[in-house]
Amino acid sequence: MTMLMPAEGVFSLIWVLIALPLAGAAILLFAGRRTNSWGPYLGVLTVLGSAVIGVLMLLEMMQQPADGRTYGQELFTWIQVGGFSADMAFQLDQLSIVFVLLITIVGSLIHVYSLGYMAHDKDRRKFFGYLNLFVAAMLLLVLANNYLLLYVGWEGVGLASYLLIGFWQHKPSAAAAAKKAFIINRVGDVGLSLAIMLMFVTFGSVSFQDVFGVADQASEGTLTAIGLLLLLAACGKSAQFPLQAWLLDAMEGPTPVSALIHAATMVTAGVYLIVRSNVIFTAAEWAAIAVIVVGLITMWMGAIIGSAKDDIKKSLAGSTMSQIGYMITAAGLGPIGYVFAIFHLLTHGVFKAGLFLGAGSVMHGMNDNVNMRRYGALRSAMVITAGTFIVCYLAIIGIPPFDGFFSKDDIIHASFERSPIIGVLAMLAAGLTGFYMTRMVAMTFFGKARWEDDVHPHESPKVMTIPLIILAIGAAFLGMALVYWGDIESWLEPVVGFEENPLPLASWVYEATTLALVLIGVAIGWIMYARREVPVEAPRGTVLTRAAREELYGNQVNDVLVVQPTHYASRSLVWFDNKAVDGFVNGSAAFVGGLSGRMRRYQTGFVRSYALSMVGGVLLVVLALVLVRMS
Amino acid sequence: MNPSNYVMLSAVLFSIGALGVLVRRNAIIVFMSVELMLNAANLAFVAFSRMNGNLDGQVVAFFVMVVAAAEVVVGLAIIVTIFRTRRSASIDEPNLLKY
Amino acid sequence: MTDTVTDVNTGEAVVFWVCAILAVAGAAGMVLSRKAVHSALWIALTMINLAVLYVANSAPFLGMVQVIVYTGAVMMLFLFVLMIVGVDSSDSLIETIKGQRLAAILLVLGIGTMLVWGIGNALAETSDIGLEEANAAYGGNVQGIANLIFTKYLIAFEVTSALLITAAMGAMVLAHREHWSPPPSQRELSEQRFSGDGVKGNLPNPGVFARHNAVGTPALLPDGSTSEASIPEPLRARGDVPPIDHTDVDEVQQITEGRTE
Repeated sequence: MTMLMPAEGVFSLIWVLIALPLAGAAILLFAGRRTNSWGPYLGVLTVLGSAVIGVLMLLEMMQQPADGRTYGQELFTWIQVGGFSADMAFQLDQLSIVFVLLITIVGSLIHVYSLGYMAHDKDRRKFFGYLNLFVAAMLLLVLANNYLLLYVGWEGVGLASYLLIGFWQHKPSAAAAAKKAFIINRVGDVGLSLAIMLMFVTFGSVSFQDVFGVADQASEGTLTAIGLLLLLAACGKSAQFPLQAWLLDAMEGPTPVSALIHAATMVTAGVYLIVRSNVIFTAAEWAAIAVIVVGLITMWMGAIIGSAKDDIKKSLAGSTMSQIGYMITAAGLGPIGYVFAIFHLLTHGVFKAGLFLGAGSVMHGMNDNVNMRRYGALRSAMVITAGTFIVCYLAIIGIPPFDGFFSKDDIIHASFERSPIIGVLAMLAAGLTGFYMTRMVAMTFFGKARWEDDVHPHESPKVMTIPLIILAIGAAFLGMALVYWGDIESWLEPVVGFEENPLPLASWVYEATTLALVLIGVAIGWIMYARREVPVEAPRGTVLTRAAREELYGNQVNDVLVVQPTHYASRSLVWFDNKAVDGFVNGSAAFVGGLSGRMRRYQTGFVRSYALSMVGGVLLVVLALVLVRMS
Repeated sequence: MNPSNYVMLSAVLFSIGALGVLVRRNAIIVFMSVELMLNAANLAFVAFSRMNGNLDGQVVAFFVMVVAAAEVVVGLAIIVTIFRTRRSASIDEPNLLKY
Repeated sequence: MTDTVTDVNTGEAVVFWVCAILAVAGAAGMVLSRKAVHSALWIALTMINLAVLYVANSAPFLGMVQVIVYTGAVMMLFLFVLMIVGVDSSDSLIETIKGQRLAAILLVLGIGTMLVWGIGNALAETSDIGLEEANAAYGGNVQGIANLIFTKYLIAFEVTSALLITAAMGAMVLAHREHWSPPPSQRELSEQRFSGDGVKGNLPNPGVFARHNAVGTPALLPDGSTSEASIPEPLRARGDVPPIDHTDVDEVQQITEGRTE
């Protein structure tokens, strides 16, 4: 474990990173309507402030030697109970700073974008309050130096996610989606809390330093248990199989929310958790294998769902699931994959935010219609949106020199280093990515216009397009910059470790194969959705299409496995409560009542009767005394 | 003369007092019976005092008398009050406190 | 009855048996009398006998207190209340609560038997130290008791004083009758009397020509019957009205008509 450096200079501002958006949230949410006019701008400024501090910290950190880049800041002792203690303390290292920058910079762009997107919403101030709250909680999550504080941030983002998904709570579907996300996340949270308890029992501490320092002394069984519980937590937050069902419904929230929370930041918290706990997963092999399996399943599920959905946001959500599946797979690979998981997370955060914001911009111009079958030929109507969207599209499918090419290829490489099966599956999924993203772009921007009658597509205002342009620039150059100039491997290596295994073939072979698969996918997508007429009504489709439209029956499975048994159990319990419990209670009450009804006949009101029973008692006492004396 | 005779006499008087409480309906006679029981107890105290050769028993009997006097005062006042409203001194009359 | 005490005091035995029989008789009489006044007298007898027994037990102070407080004050208070309630209140001896009398007798017999038997067993071997020494320690029985009361039992004694004060207060509060309106004036009483249906003038006097105690003799009405109203109410209530002695009536008639036999 690297030494913790005292937080001095610019690093003494770690707490300010969190405090700024938190203060913004507090002001916006508690000060109420009087902040309506200037509140949203304050919300943007707080996050921008955090972003500036984050950039300064990055610059300062780059001046330091590689093993001196971990900074600790202790504010106060938070909980001190017997042998248990948890501090309100932060840890800023190479991993955290990456997240801080992603959260604050992408967050800032989305805040700015929201100024335009939510311009006509009467609850705009509340929206920005929630966004600030989310940013604060997410920063707390990635800056905490112990699992308990991380858990606070974890729950905080869950809360903010719930509030934002249900932001338009007048829509029953949004309210239901918010509840669904919250409840499914609880399942994962149980995993995290159990993992924390197990850590405390095993190691006697929950701080990263202590746990990782002595992790190798624990038995492998315990470490596997902790690892699986952490994986459960990650599945909940990152919408991985089997807890994936909430993410698609979460698209009920406003589009900037989908971009910020359900694409770029919160859903990657699971990846952060696994990478942060790399010591545990490296030591617990079976837990790591479980991570890979979950990642692969989700990678494919997401891709298949994304290929069939006609709702642009849900299709993007499927894509998000799939891409996070990549990251989780990479995180399960061990030291050969941790770095690339984070790398892909970073690039994905940028281009997926760009895609979501682009989709939002399209919806903005199409009267909030999300059905891609009603889009088409929008490239001339909204030039900037189309341009940025296509740049991000090239990035996600992995065309060089855009972002995705570098990050996804690294993951595929690492997968082959581990096992050819994983590698092939990841490679084929990349081809599928090419297909579904091409389908989306073709249906939206190319082909014939299938607009509804009263729709007049128009380009969005500058406040929305400028963030799009910035994100598109990021999508175009960030990957290249990080690989050739930023040297992401050696940057993250002190925190997560890094090793490379030799590959049987030259690396260009893999790159070429992947690219070929992607291009095949693109070609199929182009032929099916740009050359041919896209029907306005969805055709019946094959079995697989119908299943994918139904989100591969995830909801139905949950319904059969969880919801219906719960209903049945609660009905049985109600029956049991009514008949047995109430029967016993009422029966005993009736028994006592009947008994007293008879007993009260002896309350005649005659003092002499009472005196008689007293004398009877006295006789008994005297008898007892005499008998005791006799014996 | 064995002092236990006094104690037995005390037991007999106590029993007769208890019988009076149980069978008589006139509140004043019931009260007299209670007084008789107290007196029986006093007799036992005095006898015990003699048996043990110290005066504590007599002191207790004295206190019993004081308490009995206080009790008589209050009890008779209650009887008078009840009589004033019900024109009767029967203890079977005030029997409203029942089922 | 085993007597382990060596110096048998015959005088004490005589006193005990006489007083014990009288006390039990008094107690029985108290329970069995129909009239409350008789009960009060019977229990007075019991108490006096108990006083004698106290004295016989080297407790002259308690004996005196017994006579003064019980036979004197308490029993007088009882009689006083009896007068207020009405001396006429003789109980009917018919039991109204089913089974009460039988159960009471059985239970009391049981208790009495058990107590006497138990005491006989328990105290058969007891000592009889006697109080001569204890009484002599401070120069007498009264001094001995005073010593105990004002040293060992001082707090109990002081508490008793509070109890007595409270009891006196309680008795006053209980017996106090609140006047909710000013008492009726003579005029109002007079108006009330003449507005009702009752007798407006004086009640008839009792018979004055009787040979007997005049107050108990009813007045004769012109038709030869007697007037209930002429007799004081307590006597009427007690049923203490002598029957009309018709020889007297005849005699009076003869005198008034001037006849002679």
